[in-house]
Amino acid sequence: MTTNPQKESSFISDCIRWSLSGGIGFKIYLVALLAIMGTGLFSYTKQFQEGLIITGMSDIVSWGLYISNFTFFVGVAAAAVMLILPAYMLKDKDMHEVVIIGECVAVGALIMCLMFITVDMGGPFKVWHMIPGIGLFNWPSSILTWDVLVLNGYLALNSLVPLYILYCNYHNRKPVGWKYKPFVFLSIFWAISIHMTTAFLYQGLPARPFWNNPLLGPRFLASAFAAGPAVIMMVLIAIKQWTRYPVNAQIFFKLKRIIVVSAVINLVMLFSEVFKEFYTFTHHSLSAQYLFFGLQGHDSLVPWIWSAIGLNILGTLLFAFDPTKGNPRYLMVAAISLFTGIWIEKGFGLIIPGFVPSPMGEVVDYTPTSNEILITLGVLATGVLVVTLLIKPALAILLKYKETNA
Amino acid sequence: MNSSRKKEGQMKTKKNEKKTTRRSFMKNLSVAAAAGSAGLVTGGCVSLEKTEEMGLKWEEYFKKNYRLMTEEEKGETVARLERLAKLKGDGDIQMSSQGPRENVLYGYAFNISRCKGYMDCVEACVKENNLDRTSKTQYIRLFEMDSGQLDPTTGDGKYHHEVPVENKFYMGVQCYHCENAPCIKACPTKATWREPDGIVVVDYDWCIGCRYCLAACPYWGRRFNWGEPEIPREEMNRKQHYLGNRMRMKGVMEKCTFCVQRTRQGKLPACAEACPTGSRVFGNLLDPDSEIRFILKHKKVFRFKEELGTDPKFWYFID
Ligand code: SF4
Ligand code: SF4
Repeated sequence: MTTNPQKESSFISDCIRWSLSGGIGFKIYLVALLAIMGTGLFSYTKQFQEGLIITGMSDIVSWGLYISNFTFFVGVAAAAVMLILPAYMLKDKDMHEVVIIGECVAVGALIMCLMFITVDMGGPFKVWHMIPGIGLFNWPSSILTWDVLVLNGYLALNSLVPLYILYCNYHNRKPVGWKYKPFVFLSIFWAISIHMTTAFLYQGLPARPFWNNPLLGPRFLASAFAAGPAVIMMVLIAIKQWTRYPVNAQIFFKLKRIIVVSAVINLVMLFSEVFKEFYTFTHHSLSAQYLFFGLQGHDSLVPWIWSAIGLNILGTLLFAFDPTKGNPRYLMVAAISLFTGIWIEKGFGLIIPGFVPSPMGEVVDYTPTSNEILITLGVLATGVLVVTLLIKPALAILLKYKETNA
Repeated sequence: MNSSRKKEGQMKTKKNEKKTTRRSFMKNLSVAAAAGSAGLVTGGCVSLEKTEEMGLKWEEYFKKNYRLMTEEEKGETVARLERLAKLKGDGDIQMSSQGPRENVLYGYAFNISRCKGYMDCVEACVKENNLDRTSKTQYIRLFEMDSGQLDPTTGDGKYHHEVPVENKFYMGVQCYHCENAPCIKACPTKATWREPDGIVVVDYDWCIGCRYCLAACPYWGRRFNWGEPEIPREEMNRKQHYLGNRMRMKGVMEKCTFCVQRTRQGKLPACAEACPTGSRVFGNLLDPDSEIRFILKHKKVFRFKEELGTDPKFWYFID
């Protein structure tokens, strides 16, 4: 991409400088994130030594907090497409201003996804067994291999396109359309595919009737397109609050519309699922019963799912009827409640009941251990840190570019 | 799977560590040899063993998937594993890499009208297959059933009382060695596969511990090593097979292998041999004169969750 090594290094060093510069508040924020990451890493070393036995998982509930979060954040990553699509395809000016933020959030979310998968593995040092060529890649048979491909591909697309655009802007050049536009189009399809593939991971298992449901994929998409833009909205509000980067009020309005439509579709599909499970109660509805009402005295998920549904509905209503006409505080509350609702529903509410009752009819509860929670928090903090450190230089470059070309 | 940057970093340092240990292994070796010939070494042996162990582990780390190994490579890895077990203090292991026999397809039939629920099979399996005693891993489970039911999910898999109980019957479940096994399809690394004789096996050293196969199995046939498996040394079965009852490590999947270490030598699986009531019939489906073929032909047989199309090689039958 470059011919001039000096220019290259100044691009990198400037980006690093912009990433880390900030007031005392920002420094405290960074230190806090690093501290959470540190505890996470410490817990992980323990897990690494003793094995996954220090988690709450068992042969019956064999995926827990890690995979739940993985699933949810795939959705957040895919949601960047809700900015990319209008920005590049529909040539929406407002969206174009903030599309980079969506892409940074996607990169952060993907890094979290890959970390969640890694911490969930029994033999993380054996990952090379999966690399085609030196290992054995069970493609196309295993959906997990598809997921690996699409996630890494999406990560590459979402880092390289913005990198190219920013690099051009940094050197005060206009990015050349044909050099990146094809990849933008590709990333739009790719976003859908990461989500569908992740859904197929579960949907394709007849062993687990709770997942083996054709609505799973579409519902994944709908909830992702509600939760993802909600995250992006939270980030935008923070940017508006703490930086001089202009965030047009129109953007909030547009995001709000996307969120409301997706959230309503999500709720409709949720209702359709609930109807199917409970109107004609079959043997296969036991998982749903466990989730919503408890089974054989085991009901650890019941309070979670009902609060998730409550938050879901609350968030949707708050977005749909916004009396403040875009007050950031109000939107923040709405975004947080919708995001949390979908987080619980897509995470815990989707993964755990798939395992309960077990194929042999056993019912057990799963409770994550403190170690597991600390590791999860560590991964989340890493994601937040990545997003922060990416967005800051990106905005600085864009701002400079805009000012010189104003 | 691309690990996060952090993990990659860790991996690199680990590799470097290993590289240096290998280099120092060579160095130590020559130093020790020199010192040894001078007859002056006292604690040298211990460190020599340590470096030998590191070297073997290093080679083990980079070996191929078992299925891709030549006969020679299979022999080498088996020899390394035997040596490593010895260095670890597990004694003299005899590990086999015996392949499938010609014209054999194993099948299993379980007589639900005869089984009395004594669980001798469970115990024999635990001993034969070196199953982890800490987590009380069992490949076989017995379900106590009320008459009028045929689905083990409705039975009691945790009964703890004197058997047999009147008006109850018993059903044993384990991996069914499906011909169309969802677990194999799911595995991202081809660490689990079906051998030509029908046994579904796991290459423990190749398994990355993602547990996708466990989620895919409709019969709960697989067990994961959440921690480091442990067995008292005196109870260890030292007649082992690479794909069977050799010692597993933490973070890998395992499952019933129809006692590959026994059956490939023409013996019965431990469970079938231990059963005092003769409810367990094991044999070669390709042999028209075998007992299992007789049962499939003349008894009322059924399989569990037939509707999933997994085509298990495990039948239940009624006298
Ligand atoms: S019973 Fe389960 S573990 Fe055994 S072969 Fe079938 S799917 Fe695989
Ligand atoms: S746990 Fe091991 S055997 Fe099972 S799918 Fe993952 S890599 Fe394959």
